[in-house]
Amino acid sequence: MAERKKPVDAVIIGYGWTGAIMAKALTDAGLSVVALERGPELDTSPDFEYPRIADELKYGVRGDLWQPLAQETVTVRHTVNDVAVPYRKYGSFIFGNGVGGAGVHWNGMVWRVSPEDLRFRSHIEQRYGKAFIPKDMTIQDYPVTFGELEPHFDHFEKVCGVSGIAGNLRGHIRAGGNPFEGARADEYPTPPLPAIYFGQLFDKATAELGYKSFPLPAANSSVAYTNPYGVRLGPCNMCGFCERFGCFLYSKASPQTTILPILADRKNLEVRTGAYVTKILQDKTRAMATGVSYIDENGREVVQPADLVVLSAFQLHNVRLLLLSGIGTPYDPGSGKGVVGKNYAYQMSSGTGVYFSEDVEINPFIGAGAAGKRAIDEFNSDHYDHAQLGFIGGSLILAGGTGGRPIEQMMLPPGTPAWGTGWKAAVRKHYRHSAPIGTLGSVMSYRDRYLSLDPTYTDAHGLPLLRITFDWHDNETRMAAYTASKIEEIVRAMRPEKQATMLIRPGDHYDVRFYQSTHTTGGATMGSNPSNSVVNRYSQSWDLPNLFVYGASAFPQNFGGAPTGLLAGLAYFSAAKIRDTYLKSPGPLVPA
Amino acid sequence: MTQPFLLDRRRFLLGAAPAVTIAALGVSACSKTSGHPDPPTYSPTYFSAAEWAFVNAAVGRLIPAEGTGPGGLQAGVPEFIDRQMELPYGHGAYFYMKGPFRSDSPATLGYQLRYSPREIYRLGIAAANLATQESRGQAFALLAPDDQDSFLERMEKGDVRFPSVPASVFFGQLLGNSREGFFADPLYGGNRGMLAWQWIGFPGARADFTDWLDQAGRAYPYGPVSISGARA
Repeated sequence: MAERKKPVDAVIIGYGWTGAIMAKALTDAGLSVVALERGPELDTSPDFEYPRIADELKYGVRGDLWQPLAQETVTVRHTVNDVAVPYRKYGSFIFGNGVGGAGVHWNGMVWRVSPEDLRFRSHIEQRYGKAFIPKDMTIQDYPVTFGELEPHFDHFEKVCGVSGIAGNLRGHIRAGGNPFEGARADEYPTPPLPAIYFGQLFDKATAELGYKSFPLPAANSSVAYTNPYGVRLGPCNMCGFCERFGCFLYSKASPQTTILPILADRKNLEVRTGAYVTKILQDKTRAMATGVSYIDENGREVVQPADLVVLSAFQLHNVRLLLLSGIGTPYDPGSGKGVVGKNYAYQMSSGTGVYFSEDVEINPFIGAGAAGKRAIDEFNSDHYDHAQLGFIGGSLILAGGTGGRPIEQMMLPPGTPAWGTGWKAAVRKHYRHSAPIGTLGSVMSYRDRYLSLDPTYTDAHGLPLLRITFDWHDNETRMAAYTASKIEEIVRAMRPEKQATMLIRPGDHYDVRFYQSTHTTGGATMGSNPSNSVVNRYSQSWDLPNLFVYGASAFPQNFGGAPTGLLAGLAYFSAAKIRDTYLKSPGPLVPA
Repeated sequence: MTQPFLLDRRRFLLGAAPAVTIAALGVSACSKTSGHPDPPTYSPTYFSAAEWAFVNAAVGRLIPAEGTGPGGLQAGVPEFIDRQMELPYGHGAYFYMKGPFRSDSPATLGYQLRYSPREIYRLGIAAANLATQESRGQAFALLAPDDQDSFLERMEKGDVRFPSVPASVFFGQLLGNSREGFFADPLYGGNRGMLAWQWIGFPGARADFTDWLDQAGRAYPYGPVSISGARA
């Protein structure tokens, strides 16, 4: 018999970025809130302390801050006709674990979508005609505009102390920033960190070609900074142990360094770690959520009744919990009906190795996830004419490594022996004199790419794993090839000894063995009505009006960039509506 | 988070055949060639004497003493690997290990065998020694360095059949752990004296470059420190 806890006003599932944002918003409004986190309590001290955190093997390779796959993983297959197999070892993407979620080990890149990314189907149809979008491509518009989200993007950037330069300040294009960004109301809260040397070489080469490079917006504060909640961050020292690691310096924004300190003594908030939620409970008529069921750290089943349920786990986990709970209609790729699990997408990445002669001192270990890097946005989104190109979408192009950590990040030209004296000679020659240019490329959504429950494999509690059905489509491989051709021109202008681009080509299958990106998206998409989406513009479930779902699961397709800025903006947009409207009169915020 | 660059390694591992020929050298990797003291003797906990001989011999070829920089034996890589075998990692605790195991699935869907790292070594070493015994009449560790190299190449390419763990899987495990042991913090038993870090110019656990943010283009001048606070 499950233990039944005292009912609360709201229960939060997953205590990462959006969980922390909603915990603050709901406790600000006076609600009693319980936040459930499956992983452990984590904080800067003692969990990310120097020097123990500067351990590449423990955190960068083994992944001691990541979700233990032995407990729960996903399964993957390429097509609907294949049998999926478990993602047994980390490769393609990385799940966070514990308080702060993936907001602990992230790169800290806070990216705003381009305004047209939010209305991508309409935009493409208007510019190129309806026939330009392939029939099996299931992209759709967000039911919310850039203008509506801008104040919330701005707020999140201030919460995080994001370092950068505005490229479009209230419609004025400004030198040094990204001229393609949507109009911003305000400058970034902290100035950019100095460009790493390779970033400077990239600036010079892109300028020669007429591109406008800019500092990649980074949630690594460049100065001592106090955020709007009164929480202080310190300047980033570019330690090289950023992404995959927790920050020891209170520089990289995480829920711990920006929001959680002000929640610590709130009497109306209780955080329970080691709480593995297995189901969102519904009333008999399946009209309302009534709370959640979870397994606590001692293996006991617990029911937590609540009037409001916030689902703020990682994107894939959100979708799995909806499916496990029987909320909404699971997507069927055969009929195209159903919405839960629909429109799974990912990130298309390529990498170009730039190998200089030994007199060019790259110092690859000086870096941070996003800080110190440079980028160009000319070939992203629909910033360029696609009429003759045979694809839609694009890539953000980024220059620079993140720490030159020698186990994971040793860059050697293709054709180098993998071992022996040839390998040693190449390591010695290239380690300090090479750097990468990477991309974050869009991935459209397709009728045959989706998420569902696996029929065979289960987690440590015997519950079905989530199954990913995904492979590359030609639209994305064409886009990647086009982007790579532009990168090669830029690299030629740097005059290195050698360059080599690795990209996913037509016919290549999705390969889970190699890290590409943790930007998995979709499956609980946001849309204009219940037939095309799981949640409305306020992140409210169409099925259960007292259930709100946050995260990149809302994205109808993926854009060229990083998801955290958008998913945080959507959460703050929702939080404002909950405070101003929902709490006064609970019910559907958009008529179905 | 994104380091698409790591795709590099895929092309490289899958595509390229090593074209190295190494002159036969009977040099002990532990010989005093670079002014470093002899490494302390280490008795393996997991590996048997025969397995230990294999691991030492293989590491001595994967990261050889000859050429530029330190060798894997000098850096303590075998000790690192033995110690890893006793940790949760060695027991496969980091991996999802529930069946069914569909080892016929496409390689792109990742590791699908039932074996933990320590089982891969146990089965892989036995199979390798059996194979060299049959083809050359000796265990791997007793072969001449040239012959060891050519056998490692065959394992790498999957050109030799092992009964349980495929040779290429065992090779990948061995090479991956060897690189880890070479470049990880010395607290795990490898990278002894931070030899590998000194050699490539990685500052280890310094993790503070405030003083070098405005020095772009100039070589970083300081040697490595370890998590324990040692300097080199």
